Amino acid sequence: MLSIGITSAAYIASAVLFILSLGGLSNQESAKRAVWYGIAGMALAMFATVFGPGVGNYILIALMVGIGSFLGVAVAKRVEMTDMPQLVAALHSFVGLAAVFIGLNAEFELATVRQLIQSDSDLSDLTGFGKKLAAKDAVEIAILKVEVFLGVFIGAVTFTGSIVAFGKLAGKLDGKPFKLPGGHALNAIALLACILLGIWYTSGSGIWTMIAVLIISGFIGWHLIMGIGGADMPVVVSMLNSYSGWAAAAIGFTLGNDLLIVVGALVGSSGAILSYIMCKAMNRNFVSVILGGFGGSKGPQMKVEGEQIAIEADGVATILNEADSVVIIPGYGMAVAQAQQSVSELVRKLRAQGKNVRFAIHPVAGRLPGHMNVLLAEARVPYDIVMEMDEINDDFPETDVAIVIGSNDIVNPAAQDDPNSPIAGMPVLECWKAKHVFVSKRGQGTGYSGIENPLFFKENTRMFYGDAKASLDKLLPMID
Amino acid sequence: MKIGTLKETFEGEQRVALTPESALQLKKLGHECIIEKGAGLASGFNDAEYKLAGVTISPTAAAVTKASDIITKVRPPNTTEVKRLSTSKTLISFFYPSSNDELMELARARSASIIAMDMVPRISRAQKMDALSSMANIAGYRAVIEASNNFGRFFTGQVTAAGKVPPAKVLIVGAGVAGLAAIGTSTSLGAITYAFDVRPEVAEQVESMGAEFVFLDFADEQADGAATGGYAPVSSPEFAAAQLKKFREIAPEIDIVITTALIPNREAPELWTEDMVASMKPGSVIIDLAAEKGGNCKLTVPDKRIVTDNGVIIIGYTDFPSRMAAQASTLYANNISHMISDLTPEKDGVVKHDMEDDVIRGATITHEGEITFPPPPPKVQAIAAQPKEVSNVKTAEQIRAEEAANFTKATRQQYGLLAIGGAIMLLIGAYAPASFMQHFIVFALACFVGFQVIWGVAHALHTPLMAVTNAISGIVVVGALLQIGSGSFLVWLLAGISVLIATINIVGGFMVTRRMLAMFQKS
Repeated sequence: MLSIGITSAAYIASAVLFILSLGGLSNQESAKRAVWYGIAGMALAMFATVFGPGVGNYILIALMVGIGSFLGVAVAKRVEMTDMPQLVAALHSFVGLAAVFIGLNAEFELATVRQLIQSDSDLSDLTGFGKKLAAKDAVEIAILKVEVFLGVFIGAVTFTGSIVAFGKLAGKLDGKPFKLPGGHALNAIALLACILLGIWYTSGSGIWTMIAVLIISGFIGWHLIMGIGGADMPVVVSMLNSYSGWAAAAIGFTLGNDLLIVVGALVGSSGAILSYIMCKAMNRNFVSVILGGFGGSKGPQMKVEGEQIAIEADGVATILNEADSVVIIPGYGMAVAQAQQSVSELVRKLRAQGKNVRFAIHPVAGRLPGHMNVLLAEARVPYDIVMEMDEINDDFPETDVAIVIGSNDIVNPAAQDDPNSPIAGMPVLECWKAKHVFVSKRGQGTGYSGIENPLFFKENTRMFYGDAKASLDKLLPMID
Repeated sequence: MKIGTLKETFEGEQRVALTPESALQLKKLGHECIIEKGAGLASGFNDAEYKLAGVTISPTAAAVTKASDIITKVRPPNTTEVKRLSTSKTLISFFYPSSNDELMELARARSASIIAMDMVPRISRAQKMDALSSMANIAGYRAVIEASNNFGRFFTGQVTAAGKVPPAKVLIVGAGVAGLAAIGTSTSLGAITYAFDVRPEVAEQVESMGAEFVFLDFADEQADGAATGGYAPVSSPEFAAAQLKKFREIAPEIDIVITTALIPNREAPELWTEDMVASMKPGSVIIDLAAEKGGNCKLTVPDKRIVTDNGVIIIGYTDFPSRMAAQASTLYANNISHMISDLTPEKDGVVKHDMEDDVIRGATITHEGEITFPPPPPKVQAIAAQPKEVSNVKTAEQIRAEEAANFTKATRQQYGLLAIGGAIMLLIGAYAPASFMQHFIVFALACFVGFQVIWGVAHALHTPLMAVTNAISGIVVVGALLQIGSGSFLVWLLAGISVLIATINIVGGFMVTRRMLAMFQKS
């Protein structure tokens, strides 16, 4: 048995390791080390807790940890990189659910302890958490209840929200925004109801209030995320990431455990920053993303003139063979078509000819922050030719060929030219400044946002219609 | 529809309006092609090649005209050729309608349609059929080749064992299509190339081709070329004077001058005067691409190569594209097939002469017994007007002022946030018990550390970041572990499930992060 002192020391060490683990993600090489810090921190924390004071039921723990590890390994080994967004969303839901259970447990324990106090029984039998509860005074109990309420509320929103996000990302639910009649007013009412129930609960009403909060907040999570469309998923997933952190922090307060608080706060702020970065990259307000739908435009959009000119694989190949510098702009369409291997092969061939080939990644490309980078890394594209928007945007005028694969809004010049466009002011990749632009796209339709893209009508743009993977595979043998 | 191509009758013309390749394109549109015997010989396409491409060979021009619905050729038709046309036949060729009134009238009387390739409007959609541009491109290239043929020295500078060779200095006047092509050819041969144009906005294009733009000391702004369909407008007398002064200044140094200045429907402006020619070194070469319209140099004799008294060679050939017949025919035939492709929108071999279409309307000069020249201005503005350059360059002072303002704003914002945060802390501190405050300090500091750390994370690693934060948010397992020892069955059950799913989270999250990070490889 470890003493409280040793346990606390272990907690401090693992908190430091977690911070190092997140800090190490500042570049690709140190990140490989950073993940081990994280694993070590987690192992230390679990070890210290299990063998710390007031924990029993070792057999059950061993069993659960064993099964959990087995499942975790199985999932992690099998998941496709294109399915990462779904996996992340699914894992968030676990944290949410765990937070709900732990919050409820705290309430159960509290009820037991109070019964014991009221019946003047012997409190010395209580261990660990129970002992802590017994020592709390009235104000502390009230605060504890607020914390339980927060833990359950955030946990439940995270749980159902993540499940909906998972469904949408996995294509099991329709990606289009869906709202019940009443829309956000319904959410607001539900939130109000939760707060009222929370007040009742802290002022002494029974466990039923918490169960009601659980159900209503579950509804909020479901309805909130149902109302958000597919392309806004990067924000949603990072927001849920943040929530899962805050839920953990709330549980930490409930249990009086500093490690939980520290880690929860780290995760919470990480998700919040990611959401902020995503929103900024779309030039949209966080609130407007969460409430769903694009803001109303201020006037008629600019009419697009000209025609979309199609091109066949041999035309693309001729120009690519002559080009010196090529920039590829991947988007969600590349992930959908599973075209990253073909893209990588194309890049390998072009680089073998001594051409300067690079990737331009918009912060919101894909369905998860940094999604494109992971897909390209999986296809063995070296990361030092994968550029961020700010690094490469000035290079387009000197670029011979820009290839747009399955992205739309992030290369829309209307964001700069048309003040009435719904995406006006959103930073975009200025690929139209390249000498030639090829757009690999399935058909003539507009993207998720339904905004016409003047890029497709530009003189130097050629449309390379067809499924991205099939088109690239047709193109590959022609590159020599 | 049947498309017939005539052999050129003009003396020395070697081009042809159909190549075996373009015949295949036309076939795809559902047309049949007929060609006059031996029409492609001069540009290197023999009848056997045409036959292979499925083209019918017909012995005489008359027979071709009779059998075809659309007749294509390069040069403007002669009277006989027009007389052979009948109602419902369409002729596609260069025509120069403004100087060919009689032929146009004749065609109208025969009620034939004529599409003049030189009248294709200069809008972006019509670029693929802009034969003037494709021919000008060839003329520009050939002009440099012709100059180098007549110039007794290297273009590129060399330092050899036998001595140093200075590079040739080439001046190209007029940076239109021909001028730009000449610039490209000249720079790639290694000459020091200067270029001049009355439209200062083309300086950027000139410089992108590797030539140096000759700027005048002239304050007045020149008219924007966009207003006149991409052609240079007529310049003011003061401007012309400034221009000549500059040319006079540099003439003695220049070895080769290529003039390409033409203004639509006007005599070519005189840009290279006799005294400039006189001041040039013997052996210098002048290529006057405007010879047909009187020449940019008054000494030019059309279609002739002359040598002046001081040994300057002046070339006034007007058939540069024809001198590269194979190339010119290929491009021209493509222009024609694009035009026919626009005439058969359904690709079913049925010609639809759509007079509502800007391009077709613009190029059609006679149609259904009426003269339709000159065309109304196109509905689409030819070339987007050049936005007036707004000076984006900020002075150092402005930048400094802006920075200072931003800094003050940021400072104020930070003070504001600190004040609000402090107030909230005080409020909480005033009511919450001490035990809560202890945890709260930890929480606030952790948030702060989190914000500082996460900003440093590379964008490329955001997905691994999410996976790793996911894994470590599985730390709720600690909470569940603390509760699992409880006596209550319900608590025991819920805590057990929590441990299970949190463990999945932890193990799965870390494993998948490791997998992802291992994939990131440096090249």
